[in-house]
Amino acid sequence: MDCYTANWNPLGDSAFYRKYELYSMDWDLKEELRDCLVAAAPYGGPIALLRNPWQKEKAASVRPVLDIYSASGMPLASLLWKSGPVVSLGWSAEEELLCVQEDGAVLVYGLHGDFRRHFSMGNEVLQNRVLDARIFHTEFGSGVAILTGAHRFTLSANVGDLKLRRMPEVPGLQSAPSCWTTLCQDRVAHILLAVGPDLYLLDHAACSAVTPPGLAPGVSSFLQMAVSFTYRHLALFTDTGYIWMGTASLKEKLCEFNCNIRAPPKQMVWCSRPRSKERAVVVAWERRLMVVGDAPESIQFVLDEDSYLVPELDGVRIFSRSTHEFLHEVPAASEEIFKIASMAPGALLLEAQKEYEKESQKADEYLREIQELGQLTQAVQQCIEAAGHEHQPDMQKSLLRAASFGKCFLDRFPPDNFVRMCQDLRVLNAVRDYHIGIPLTYSQYKQLTIQVLLDRLVLRRLYPLAIQICEYLRLPEVQGVSRILAHWACYKVQQKDVSDEDVARAINQKLGDTPGVSYSDIAARAYGCGRTELAIKLLEYEPRSGEQVPLLLKMKRSKLALSKAIESGDTDLVFTVLLHLKNELNRGDFFMTLRNQPMALSLYRQFCKHQELETLKDLYNQDDNHQELGSFHIRASYAAEERIEGRVAALQTAADAFYKAKNEFAAKATEDQMRLLRLQRRLEDELGGRFLDLSLHNTVTTLILGGHNKRAEQLARDFRIPDKRLWWLKLTALADLEDWEELEKFSKSKKSPIGYLPFVEICMKQHNKYEAKKYASRVGPEQKVKALLLVGEVAQAADVAIEHRNEAELSLVLSHCTGATDGATADKIQRARAQAQKK
Amino acid sequence: MAFPHRPDAPELPDFSMLKRLARDQLIYLLEQQHEVDKLYKVENKPALSSNEQLCFLVRPRIKNMRYIANLVNADKLAGRTRKYKVIFSPQKFYACEMVLEEEGIYGDVSCDEWAFSLLPLDVDLLSMELPEFFRDYFLEGDQRWINTVAQALHLLSTLYGPFPNSYGIGRCAKMSYELWRKLEEEEDGETKGRRPEIGHTFLLDRDTDFVTALCSQVVYEGLVDDTFRIKCGSVDFGPEVTSSDKSLKVLLNAEDKVFSEIRNEHFSNVFGFLSQKARNLQAQYDRRRGMDIKQMKNFVSQELKGLKQEHRLLSLHIGACESIMKKKTKQDFQELIKTEHALLEGFSIRESTSYIEEHIDRQVSPIESLRLMCLLSITENGLIPKDYRSLKTQYLQSYGPEHLLTFSNLRRAGLLTEQAPGDTLTAVESKVSKLVTDKAAGKITDAFSSLAKRSNFRAISKKLNLIPRVDGEYDLKVPRDMAYVFSGAYVPLSCRIIEQVLERRSWQGLDEVVRLLNCSEFAFTDMTKEDKASSESLRLILVVFLGGCTFSEISALRFLGREKGYRFIFLTTAVTNSARLMEAMSEVKA
Repeated sequence: MDCYTANWNPLGDSAFYRKYELYSMDWDLKEELRDCLVAAAPYGGPIALLRNPWQKEKAASVRPVLDIYSASGMPLASLLWKSGPVVSLGWSAEEELLCVQEDGAVLVYGLHGDFRRHFSMGNEVLQNRVLDARIFHTEFGSGVAILTGAHRFTLSANVGDLKLRRMPEVPGLQSAPSCWTTLCQDRVAHILLAVGPDLYLLDHAACSAVTPPGLAPGVSSFLQMAVSFTYRHLALFTDTGYIWMGTASLKEKLCEFNCNIRAPPKQMVWCSRPRSKERAVVVAWERRLMVVGDAPESIQFVLDEDSYLVPELDGVRIFSRSTHEFLHEVPAASEEIFKIASMAPGALLLEAQKEYEKESQKADEYLREIQELGQLTQAVQQCIEAAGHEHQPDMQKSLLRAASFGKCFLDRFPPDNFVRMCQDLRVLNAVRDYHIGIPLTYSQYKQLTIQVLLDRLVLRRLYPLAIQICEYLRLPEVQGVSRILAHWACYKVQQKDVSDEDVARAINQKLGDTPGVSYSDIAARAYGCGRTELAIKLLEYEPRSGEQVPLLLKMKRSKLALSKAIESGDTDLVFTVLLHLKNELNRGDFFMTLRNQPMALSLYRQFCKHQELETLKDLYNQDDNHQELGSFHIRASYAAEERIEGRVAALQTAADAFYKAKNEFAAKATEDQMRLLRLQRRLEDELGGRFLDLSLHNTVTTLILGGHNKRAEQLARDFRIPDKRLWWLKLTALADLEDWEELEKFSKSKKSPIGYLPFVEICMKQHNKYEAKKYASRVGPEQKVKALLLVGEVAQAADVAIEHRNEAELSLVLSHCTGATDGATADKIQRARAQAQKK
Repeated sequence: MAFPHRPDAPELPDFSMLKRLARDQLIYLLEQQHEVDKLYKVENKPALSSNEQLCFLVRPRIKNMRYIANLVNADKLAGRTRKYKVIFSPQKFYACEMVLEEEGIYGDVSCDEWAFSLLPLDVDLLSMELPEFFRDYFLEGDQRWINTVAQALHLLSTLYGPFPNSYGIGRCAKMSYELWRKLEEEEDGETKGRRPEIGHTFLLDRDTDFVTALCSQVVYEGLVDDTFRIKCGSVDFGPEVTSSDKSLKVLLNAEDKVFSEIRNEHFSNVFGFLSQKARNLQAQYDRRRGMDIKQMKNFVSQELKGLKQEHRLLSLHIGACESIMKKKTKQDFQELIKTEHALLEGFSIRESTSYIEEHIDRQVSPIESLRLMCLLSITENGLIPKDYRSLKTQYLQSYGPEHLLTFSNLRRAGLLTEQAPGDTLTAVESKVSKLVTDKAAGKITDAFSSLAKRSNFRAISKKLNLIPRVDGEYDLKVPRDMAYVFSGAYVPLSCRIIEQVLERRSWQGLDEVVRLLNCSEFAFTDMTKEDKASSESLRLILVVFLGGCTFSEISALRFLGREKGYRFIFLTTAVTNSARLMEAMSEVKA
């Protein structure tokens, strides 16, 4: 056990720090690290080296080389740098390499050295050149901060959504600051810079001078500053060899340390663990590494080689030409278990398990000891937790074995923690493998989440491993396997040396009908690589025809898109395609296309009816659809035209169209309407009042009501109003006027074509019983009973009904017999009925 | 005298969930917005509100977009800046966005969708409240709502389990069904393994049966709809009904105990029933005379409220009845019904034609006249050319020449046509059916196919025995068959088709009927082999009416359900009646 803690270094009384090797690097670097621009991504990310940067004048003709390695030193990409001089490199949160050039252009590369895009940091930067640049991470993404030759700062907090912000000027700043960093507080990025003995804080509005509380006197300049991974803490290194550590808000001092080394350190980074009280800073010089914290002594390491520090969430990675190490504070659980002579429950449990394997009875003693204290649950948990923090699988195993052993003696210990830890460790060990090279710690892994880890594996094109992990963790297909397969397919379509058929077949074979895989997305990628034919082939596999349409449109296969859209039955989609086609084709072709697609045609007509009337007309014209053309003009005569001449003209066009459509009826009706309109206009001029747009019937009625009987007659003759209608019309109009005299005259003008019952009805409607009775006598025999009932002559009606010997009439009368008054009549009818039945 | 359900009739699923779902969604949408203080109808006039934000809840129609555009542009001219939000229900259409863009206000408004497609109007009635469906699809050939229907069905199957057996007739039915299946397949797995709650679905296009929808309704609920117009399950009873000076909005559904007993009754029974009910009520009130204090206390606290409520409803429905009787006798309702029955039976066509002519000449009502003309045309397979011309001429003279367009619409929809010489018609028919079998042309426009559409009503009526043979008086109090909803004169065609198919569990043996309905390509049966459906669920049937259904049809099927121990659930694009159908076809001057 004592050998296990050999690499533990105490810092003060309460904490230990240990450094262990992650990988031995065999990247075979030709140059020293110090001759390169170096950038390493956090969370065990890749390392980028730009060799032969420009500061060396020698061999200016030789182009620099940009190399990208995994954390274990496996080469991922290597390319000749052909653009301008690079000032700074950095990795974004999506593991894209940002290369900041001297002219302010930022070039973005993928993990495999594939160029993605570039953007500029603005004109000001372009003019004044970039002096220094930093890539930093915030909760929004990755940002870039730039110090220009004019000693001004420009930053963008998120390169995904580029918004440049020029920071205010620092008054009286003549030379470059001795050191600076970006801070991130309250979701806003600030810049802290040191000029001589002064510190300034820049936010987007103002520049303010700040002083760290409790700073030792005698500082004439700051040589280095470091912000912690979470932006919570700040460390300052002064020219007196003094280190101040405090909160990033500069409101509180945590501790200070004097290392008595005045040489400026190469790097200074925080080394702390989340939820731990210990704060420490790692300072690196050429050959010396120092861990300082709230303790009078520091931990010192000798560096054999040129090294580079990478701050992590829970420690610091240190890599050099030959090794890659991790330095961190020993976690509480591990400390409890492994501390020399520890009596913590976990330590005892581990011991017990070992004795048990040796078949020694001591196992029982240890176990009893734990159980007597009632700490077995705690012991198991400690072992599980400690296993998570171990790098060596052997040690993980022995801790887990201990936990499993302890578990046997516990009732109802929930197994989830144990199982999950086993799974997590298996995943972690897999990705830590030399060939994969992602040295994640357990805390980092939890922070990163499995989804992001899978994304990163996909990014490294490690599809089989990603799929194995998904299957092992039983992730739902849509989030897991299918997503990865889809990514694989997207990568596959970029393999230009394979033929379209082979790629399509390979993709279909592997993907089949996996749920959640969108063939159209893959096709879109293929199209993005310029493989239109492949994209179309892939789209054939897409089961939802609706999904095929947008891409087909993009690829300018609009006609194919149209038939797919129609197949999908989604009219909205059809419409989208239609409007595309409309802009893409000339009018003639567009119309021809429509002609072959009746559903699309009717849809487009709908649209035109409301938005483009002229086009609608053209459509009908093209189809020789004279019937619809006629209707179109009729509608125009009501809606579009105001003037009477215009309306008549529209109607004339309509009539012509109807003739062409061989719809004589409509044509005639339209011509009648033209005549009527003209006439109504004349009537309005001559008689006043409103006639326009009345129906023929109402026009005549209005004339009669106005006393223009002659004109009414004329109109009726001109328009050949049938007699029946005319009689109804006159009857109603005269009754409305209560012109009973005229009505009677009219009734006698000739034999009524509608009989005389209507006269009775209408008079009764006007409550004129007297007049009604006059006409009741003239009603023909079939309707006599009805007429008599209408005027209220029930008894008389009964007589007539009896005379007719009509059963229906009899019951009709009977139903009108009400109460006492008609009692006699009712009896009479009953008698007549009885008689009829006898016969 | 409400018919009780058979004791073994299955329970209906609880549809109130749909309401809650829709409500929560809307609240969510509106809460993203600020508080809504007043509701306005979207019309083509300036908004009176002085608020800084306007929120429009609209159907996705180009017309509405123009209104909004006008409003926004007016604000712009006046130098006002407001925020605008358009919520489309049930979905956003690309065309609408296009219009907003063309009108130059796309950047000014933000758009959202409220996927509300099913409104439970009653325990067994779901409405999509899309009255425009009828005109859009059956006249304009616009298939935009088919997707909405499929989505609605999909929603139902996610909530109430898969539908194991499906039948349908009509092109729209088939398209909706296929689209629905596609949606189900895409989201496979969710409904899999669930036990179906509803055993059968039946999809039916309105154009397979126009006749039923065109008849005057004589079942109480239908009559109330024809007379007062039921909107969204509630009706505005005017002062003449409430016998006060105020109008009253009344919800009509199964909650209303009085209404639920008379809704399915033939009107001739309703009055008698109501007066009987009134007497019972009085008797219950009278009971309190002999009560001691304790009983009285009981009575007041427990029964009185219910009695009062019943009293109020009773007086309302009596008022409604009186009002209906007054209106119906005034227009000589008996004559009208007689003519309709004659048309259905195919007797005395000449007299009916002259009755219609007189109807037009007297300008009784443009919609009614039109309805009778259509009924004549459909039952007679089109009007003979002479009548076709003369009736149309008369109509134009009476109601205005703009109806020339109405006639063109009706012809296109196959509602009012001219009898054509037989041979040319069959020629077109065969041509169309050839096109139809071709898959690409399967989605041929209605405009074209209606040319070949013959109603064949007479033949269908004979085949399906729609006109019951009556020996003596048809007893409307104790109905024998579904014909009671039309006074025993006619079994609604749509309901008969459903009955027959359910009996056979397929279209087998109905080939001739299907052919006569011009639906040879569009009648389908789809049964799943799995036998997971309980016998309970197999007696629950969802009937989907595409293009609307009438209350008479609902009553008829409720009757059928009681007879056979089924329960029907109705899903309709909207509740309709003859007047609504005719109005949808009419062209009115803007």
